[in-house]
Amino acid sequence: MSNITNQSLSEILESVKSKKISSLELTQAYIKNIENAKKLNAFVTTTFDQALENAKKFDNKPNNDLLLHGIPLAVKDLFCTENIKTTAGSNILNNFVPSYESTVTKNLWDSGAFLLGKLNCDEFAMGSSNETSFFGNVINPVGDQLVPGGSSGGSSSALAADLTPATIGTDTGGSIRQPASFTGTVGLKPTYGLCSRWGIVAFASSLDQAGPMTKTVSDCAIMLEAMSSFDEKDSTSINKKKETYSKNLKDNIKGMKIGIPKEYRVDNMPNDIDELWEKGKKILKDLGAELIDISLPHTKYALPTYYIVAPAEASSNLARYDGVRYGHRSQKGKDLIEMYENTRSEGFGDEVKRRILIGTYVLSSGYYDAYYLKAQKVRQLIKKDFDDNFTKVDAILTPSTPSSAFKIGEKTNNPVSMYLNDIFTVPVNLAGLPALSLPAGLDKQGYPLGLQLIGKALDEQKILNIGYAFEKNCGYKNEIKKWWS
Amino acid sequence: MVVMSKGKFDYFVNGEKEKYEVVIGLEVHAQVLSNSKLFSGSSTKFGADPNKQVSLIDSAFPGMLPVINEECVKQAVRTGLGLNAKINNYSVFDRKNYFYADLPQGYQISQYKNPIVGEGKVLLDMPYGSKEIGIERLHLEQDAGKSIHDMDPSSTYVDLNRSGIALMEIVSKPDLRSPDEVNAYIKKLRTIMRYLGTCDGNMQEGSLRADVNVSVRKVGDKKLGTRCEIKNVNSIKFMQMAIEYEAYRQVELLEDGKEIDQETRLFDTKKNETRSMRSKEDAHDYRYFPDPDLLPLKLEQKLIDDLKKSLPELPDKKKERFIKEYGLNSYEANVLVSEKEISDYYEEVAKLSDKKLAATWMMGDLFAMLNDKSLNISTSPISAKNFAGLIQSIKSGEISGRIAKEVFEIMVESGDDPRKIIETKGMKQQSDPKELEKIINEILSKDKDKVNQYKAGKEKLFGFFVGQVMKLSGGKANPQLTNEILKKLLKG
Repeated sequence: MSNITNQSLSEILESVKSKKISSLELTQAYIKNIENAKKLNAFVTTTFDQALENAKKFDNKPNNDLLLHGIPLAVKDLFCTENIKTTAGSNILNNFVPSYESTVTKNLWDSGAFLLGKLNCDEFAMGSSNETSFFGNVINPVGDQLVPGGSSGGSSSALAADLTPATIGTDTGGSIRQPASFTGTVGLKPTYGLCSRWGIVAFASSLDQAGPMTKTVSDCAIMLEAMSSFDEKDSTSINKKKETYSKNLKDNIKGMKIGIPKEYRVDNMPNDIDELWEKGKKILKDLGAELIDISLPHTKYALPTYYIVAPAEASSNLARYDGVRYGHRSQKGKDLIEMYENTRSEGFGDEVKRRILIGTYVLSSGYYDAYYLKAQKVRQLIKKDFDDNFTKVDAILTPSTPSSAFKIGEKTNNPVSMYLNDIFTVPVNLAGLPALSLPAGLDKQGYPLGLQLIGKALDEQKILNIGYAFEKNCGYKNEIKKWWS
Repeated sequence: MVVMSKGKFDYFVNGEKEKYEVVIGLEVHAQVLSNSKLFSGSSTKFGADPNKQVSLIDSAFPGMLPVINEECVKQAVRTGLGLNAKINNYSVFDRKNYFYADLPQGYQISQYKNPIVGEGKVLLDMPYGSKEIGIERLHLEQDAGKSIHDMDPSSTYVDLNRSGIALMEIVSKPDLRSPDEVNAYIKKLRTIMRYLGTCDGNMQEGSLRADVNVSVRKVGDKKLGTRCEIKNVNSIKFMQMAIEYEAYRQVELLEDGKEIDQETRLFDTKKNETRSMRSKEDAHDYRYFPDPDLLPLKLEQKLIDDLKKSLPELPDKKKERFIKEYGLNSYEANVLVSEKEISDYYEEVAKLSDKKLAATWMMGDLFAMLNDKSLNISTSPISAKNFAGLIQSIKSGEISGRIAKEVFEIMVESGDDPRKIIETKGMKQQSDPKELEKIINEILSKDKDKVNQYKAGKEKLFGFFVGQVMKLSGGKANPQLTNEILKKLLKG
């Protein structure tokens, strides 16, 4: 029973169903782990009392037909949770308690899960290392000097450290896949519109998408099934029937065509990454898939395009944090304008301010056409690159990141080098496609590395299937030593 | 722009050196009649306590998303059709970014490059003929909340009840040339929208507001002058005053050899003047961009066609029909179609009585009474059916015009059926020749002197005899019959 928490969600669900363990015991085990892992700084808020109550309630009246029966879950602090403080990692929402529950988390609770706590993240999900959070940086359980990736760094850290059996993050430019890659876990960014954005603190509306972070591909399928839904409250939500990803999971990928884009081999990329990619190709080939060299010619423009579109939307989305109705309000200032200036100066951190400035600049009259409009056009070309290739291939295989987890503080003074970490993940967000990051191996330092499977829109089942087959044959095992407890 | 000359247009500003024409364009903000707001389910009812009709979306809580209210879209399409305008199958909602305490999102959702309605036109009836005013566009946007600065000496209060309410911004071409035309234009827009049921046009409640663009140019010049935009004008009277003031101000500047700055000005209703609010250089950079929370609005042609088919008869058409069907003149028809409720009332009366007489009485006594009592046609104490009864009683000769006025007064007080009033009060006209002869003989035999004077040629006395007959009959003698019999008997 002592090692229940290092099992997969699927195994835990089985144990709860067969009454090998009660929901209460399970919850207590995670609470113990969380209390012993304060060094990781993965949590902003814990809801232990409420979780224990919910676990008891479940045990008294178990309903094992539900997808996530009796499962405590910690979620990224970007999801609004009813009556539970929701900060988005920012001082400006330090005291914010929503009166409403995000659609995605509500879907989880409706599936039998309950909240264990809220996970640290980069401020407003802006960051690739979880170092921009007002609540301090999060540590990667892989090594005490390493960042857990970002922005869903609290999620990746907590998952890899067995502080939650599975979790959810949000991915605007790689914020699920990159931390998954850095911690040796599975992360899926679904098709834009598959999971409702209602009740998620917005970063960049046309790119934001919630998704699961799990230990295995099967877990990922279960979580996606639970969290996704059509939502009338989100105008960009896709109106389609709910799929049963977990039941339909198959490991036969014989004859599938896997695209290998030549543009994903960048300068100064460590050999480790190249070797990993080769290893991935070989595994898929051995499973009967056909590898096809493809070209996504506009890939090199993806990062600059992303760093125009995302800040532009963010500059507008974050205008509502003005101290008037909720959140932090500065006590300084003699009039409305000064109140705004002081509130936002005190409330936002440097990275958020940087992006608000960039976004405001690219939308300004005189610059709009040269930046924002141009970026939107390039975005269409990037999307078209994918569309053209998806007539020929079933999925595309790339590395998830150009490096393994870097050291805390290593890139904080060089935003561009930080942004470059998203180079393989942002094209997917710009195109609105689903992509799965799979743990695939370790680099020479022993840090995890991930491979990314990109699918066409709404082809989650297919990339999950490929990932499922890959996982069975990859032989990767996450063996993190619990140095923190 | 077509001007048919009937009378003469004569609104010009005479400077010391030159004669100037005033060029006016209007941006009318009309509140869409709908139960809920443009992007949320909150109520739009006027007069609720502050912040009682505010959803999480209207107050821009984190993670809240707008969802378009289809009824508001339909209302905008209906209005566009009523303005003879092109409906755009594809339109886009943009964000207009600026900070203000009563703008919770920090941006207003509006339509910038791709409005839902394109070019259209409105026809005005002016004393000098009919004039067409071009519509540039109509777009949908959210209203902001209200900042209340006078409740507390050191704080500003914010009421978000209006925040997120749907507005239609209707932009005219610079086709208006005088305060009278502005008056006619606003009233016409209001009439059309009230017919369509797309805006109640209530200016007191802020359902209809306008920004006024004014410029002047020498008569005969083709090029438009530099314009100033006057904000914050919420009644037609103030609009007219602001235009007058602004036109004279601009002419004075030009005559002094100065330039006009393109700027935004405010109309001060206490001092009756406009003053500068911000210059072009200080103009906000609104950083418009398409709202990524909303998909472009795509309208199927069938929806537009269906809405077109279901439109009610509009005032221009109705006016034509009134002239043809009821034999009214253009003026009468204009007045009677000015409000849908008035036209409905008239048609009900006209169906049951004399069409022409009904028009005369409605526009005379009925309107005077309503005006007097600050009522409108919907709250009239006299129902259309009873009013028709009164008209019929006059037409049939049952009562005289003078008695009719008395009956009318009683109807106003009691709301009763005129026939019942005439019956119970014995107000029926005396139209029995034998009875009248009896009365007349009695008068003539009493006043032999005057009869003789009349016969001697003092014909003016005829009126005296009529008066006597009326007096003796209690005003009920049929005037026509009285005349006939009187003449006959005086001859004898």
